[in-house]
Amino acid sequence: MRLTRRNALTTVAAAAALPLIRPAYAQSSASKSPTIKIGVLNDQSGPYTNTGGLTSVACTRQALEDFGVSTKGMNVEVISADHQNKPDLAVSIARQWFDRDNVDMLLDVPTSSVALALQSVVREKNKVYLNASAASSALTGEQCSPNFISWNYDTYMLAKSTGGAMVKAGGDTWYFLTADYAFGKQLQADTSALIVKSGGKVLGAAQYPFPGTTDFSSFLVQAQSSGAKVLGLANAGADTVNAIKQSAEFGLNKSMKIAALLMFINDVHALGLETAQGLNLTESFYWDMNDRTRAFTKRVLPKTPNNYPNMDHAGCYSATLHYLKTVVDMGVVEAKKDGVATVNRMKAMPVEDDCFGKSKIREDGRNLVASYLFEVKKPSESKGPWDYYKQVAMTPGDQAFRPLAEGHCSFIKA
Amino acid sequence: MIMIFGIPGPLLFGQLLLGLINGAFYAMLSLGLAVIFGMLNIINFAHGALFMMGSFAAWMLLNYVGIGYFPSLILAPLLVGIIGVVLEKLVISRLYKLDHLYGLLLTFGMSLVIEGLFRNGYGSSGLPYRIPDILQGAVNLGFMYMPIYRGWVVVAALVVCLATWAIIEKTSLGATLRAATENAPLVQAFGVNVPRLVTLTFGGGVALAAFAGVLAAPIYSVNPNMGDNFINTVFAVVVIGGMGSIMGSIISGFGLGVIEGLTKVFYPQASATVVFLVMVIILMVKPRGLFGKTA
Amino acid sequence: MFGFSRTQSIAFVVMVALIVICPYVLYPVFLMRVLCAALFACSFNLMIGYVGLLSFGQAAFFGMGSYVAAWTIKAWHVDASIAIIFGGLTGAVLGLVLGYLAIRRSGIYFAMITLALAQMVYFFCLEAPFTGGEDGIQQVPRGHMFGIIDLNNDMAMYWVTAAVFIGGFLLVHRIIHSPFGQVLKGIRENEPRATSLGYRTDDYKLIAFVLSCTLAGVAGGTKALVFGIATLTDVHYSTSGEVVLTTLLGGLGTVFGPAMGAVVVTSMENYLAQFGAWVTVTQGAIFCVCVLAFRRGIIGELGALFKISL
Repeated sequence: MRLTRRNALTTVAAAAALPLIRPAYAQSSASKSPTIKIGVLNDQSGPYTNTGGLTSVACTRQALEDFGVSTKGMNVEVISADHQNKPDLAVSIARQWFDRDNVDMLLDVPTSSVALALQSVVREKNKVYLNASAASSALTGEQCSPNFISWNYDTYMLAKSTGGAMVKAGGDTWYFLTADYAFGKQLQADTSALIVKSGGKVLGAAQYPFPGTTDFSSFLVQAQSSGAKVLGLANAGADTVNAIKQSAEFGLNKSMKIAALLMFINDVHALGLETAQGLNLTESFYWDMNDRTRAFTKRVLPKTPNNYPNMDHAGCYSATLHYLKTVVDMGVVEAKKDGVATVNRMKAMPVEDDCFGKSKIREDGRNLVASYLFEVKKPSESKGPWDYYKQVAMTPGDQAFRPLAEGHCSFIKA
Repeated sequence: MIMIFGIPGPLLFGQLLLGLINGAFYAMLSLGLAVIFGMLNIINFAHGALFMMGSFAAWMLLNYVGIGYFPSLILAPLLVGIIGVVLEKLVISRLYKLDHLYGLLLTFGMSLVIEGLFRNGYGSSGLPYRIPDILQGAVNLGFMYMPIYRGWVVVAALVVCLATWAIIEKTSLGATLRAATENAPLVQAFGVNVPRLVTLTFGGGVALAAFAGVLAAPIYSVNPNMGDNFINTVFAVVVIGGMGSIMGSIISGFGLGVIEGLTKVFYPQASATVVFLVMVIILMVKPRGLFGKTA
Repeated sequence: MFGFSRTQSIAFVVMVALIVICPYVLYPVFLMRVLCAALFACSFNLMIGYVGLLSFGQAAFFGMGSYVAAWTIKAWHVDASIAIIFGGLTGAVLGLVLGYLAIRRSGIYFAMITLALAQMVYFFCLEAPFTGGEDGIQQVPRGHMFGIIDLNNDMAMYWVTAAVFIGGFLLVHRIIHSPFGQVLKGIRENEPRATSLGYRTDDYKLIAFVLSCTLAGVAGGTKALVFGIATLTDVHYSTSGEVVLTTLLGGLGTVFGPAMGAVVVTSMENYLAQFGAWVTVTQGAIFCVCVLAFRRGIIGELGALFKISL
């Protein structure tokens, strides 16, 4: 693919222009093997631009390059769109991609409500849906689908890694600051269950309006007076950043431990180490973890110079790579025909790449990657740009996630 | 411990105080809106975006030029105010004779453009900005642990609000301004350059938003969407206070901050909606808001 | 019979022809999105264009219509036509209640009070258990129309949506050209005079408001069926803002303006999505240009150019 060498922005523009020139293009390539199309659908203008956005697209293209699609004589196209966090817009784009543009694989898709809305569309059209950034554990539980794989994390895994480690370290009483929507409530529920199971107690929770809350001081004072040892932040993005900033201001970071249940390296970057130092958080990928992750980061960074990859971006890379391997394994024509068969083959094949090492995909569509508990470094410990994490604990993939039986995924029983 | 409605008294005091602090932001932002509406008859939907630009200006001054927080308090509003003047000259001034609706739509479009540009340039995660050293730390008030910076915000906001009120209501410049909104041709006939006066007023309103932005930078995430969360509430504040009324927006800004703060204790989920409930009730009873001029 | 002028009749025939031809050329699901948006904009235009009241809370009726339609068809397995009717009824009832509170205000205060009431509806939708909160009502089956037409076929769904739109469009036109509509215009032009002639202006405005809300509810209900979901986006204030922009872009108070605006705005949302981060910048810039240069909207400007009323 000639397109892969251009920078992210022009490639997106080019991808946008592709539908216009498609008839000619399709004719010229008809003689060769059919084109595999990957559609990256994510937030490119809203609150999750940095944690997904164009860096996800760049990582997807990196997977094409590393796999060597051009040398293997394959035709693979990547297109992308901004779903603006609107479920109906996302459904409309996805349907159009499947019906008109012959997209075979839908990738990324942050925001749990949007991700859930697409589940039935992909199933109806029998395509492949690889999610690398929606958190809800319901996606592989009650709302599961045989066309779906959740790649790099979910709320249960975050709860277990961050919550479990905090309770073990003595943080057995919790107060939650929860964004009042599906994702926040799920995160709170998953973490609460785990705290109670490990012998801890939840002393209270404040569910604040989402979106629309900028000032958390009132909730922070309530948390402080509850006497809990840990403040659990069941939110994401700018809300998490604001809550942490303000808890430092109110001295909560001295009297309580703060557990940011979903936080990315890009959020740490936004906070600055001075405020973020000492925070515990969980990701399944860190660019500076080992030689392979560093090599990957070095390759992809020129495509996204101002934004380092986080676990979502790495998830897009890893998912695309594994998908391409599967497509080659089963043949392009077969892979295009049947989404369920492709996903089943993906589940049967062992996963391995630079970002997550080795992992295995479970029947319910859960990719069992290892989870890592990190602590944010002090400014004095940080040696270079984006040198932010030190690893505290690791949970192997087979223990990191909710056991299969507890998910109540419907197609497993059948 | 004294209990009030099942809530410990000290906690309630704390919440009232915090509500007042938030109210300071509402007051400052709605003040700018009220000035612009009262003098120019423009409903400035871009106010949130200009507030955000104030925060970003402070961040840029620090990171590109090395200018710290206190000089930024003056410089950032000045810079953003100049941008406001340019915008007024180039586009907004073309709409004065038209229905409110067009001004609202134009400024809405402007806010989309401004926020989009910042998002493209700086991403959406936000940027760090430190609390200046001398305002670091907190004092124990007995019932609450009170960050010094928040105290500073209230004081700064009060001073700015009252100064603005005094300028418009008590000085001769303010008198000219008010006269110009009542009857522009007549004031023009007295040799006053009304268009320039209007432009400067718009710049002033914008500067107020930017000033609030600089105050917000150390405690809220400096990101392109930061104005969005405020703008609705601030509109409600202006309407409740009576559109165009300076004192009205100051008082209702602080008042709504307190009401919102109390809601956060009793029914936190509704804390973003309570403002609108108050607005409906007020408009039912007083169609022009609390301090609005009767038409 | 609907009070079309000669040019309007031609334009109407062109519009219907386009509705018939387009699904064979363009993607039907996208076109259904346009049609729902167009009907929604027509409902809004009834208020702003002919009564002179700017409702900034139109999403409340659209969204509630969409929730109720989705819920009835999912929980009660009713016919699609019943679900859409339920959507319309919801809009009507809600419109009656909120309209009763809002109608005595005018101008910017009417806009603000409708916005505030709509925010409360939004809060209700967020907290009420039946709406599914942030996830919304998902996987809504399209079901059957009149028990026989299987709507799972995109084309069948398209013809139903097209019929609903054309029905709504003609209804709006009929209302405007009825004696009732003439009184509305009289009120818009000079309310004290209408009062002095013995018309109870508030009642007239309220009826118009309820009609407008009913159509918004129908549009929302249809949309819920098309996409199989009803979510918070539909009740959010940004949807209210979008319908204002749609109508303005097409031409306030013109017959064909709302439909034209819906085509442009929905296409922008759909086709610009591929440009990612530049979507909002482009949209914003287009709105600015529109307000500055084409204030009468696309249809309004065309009409002025050819000195005809569209």
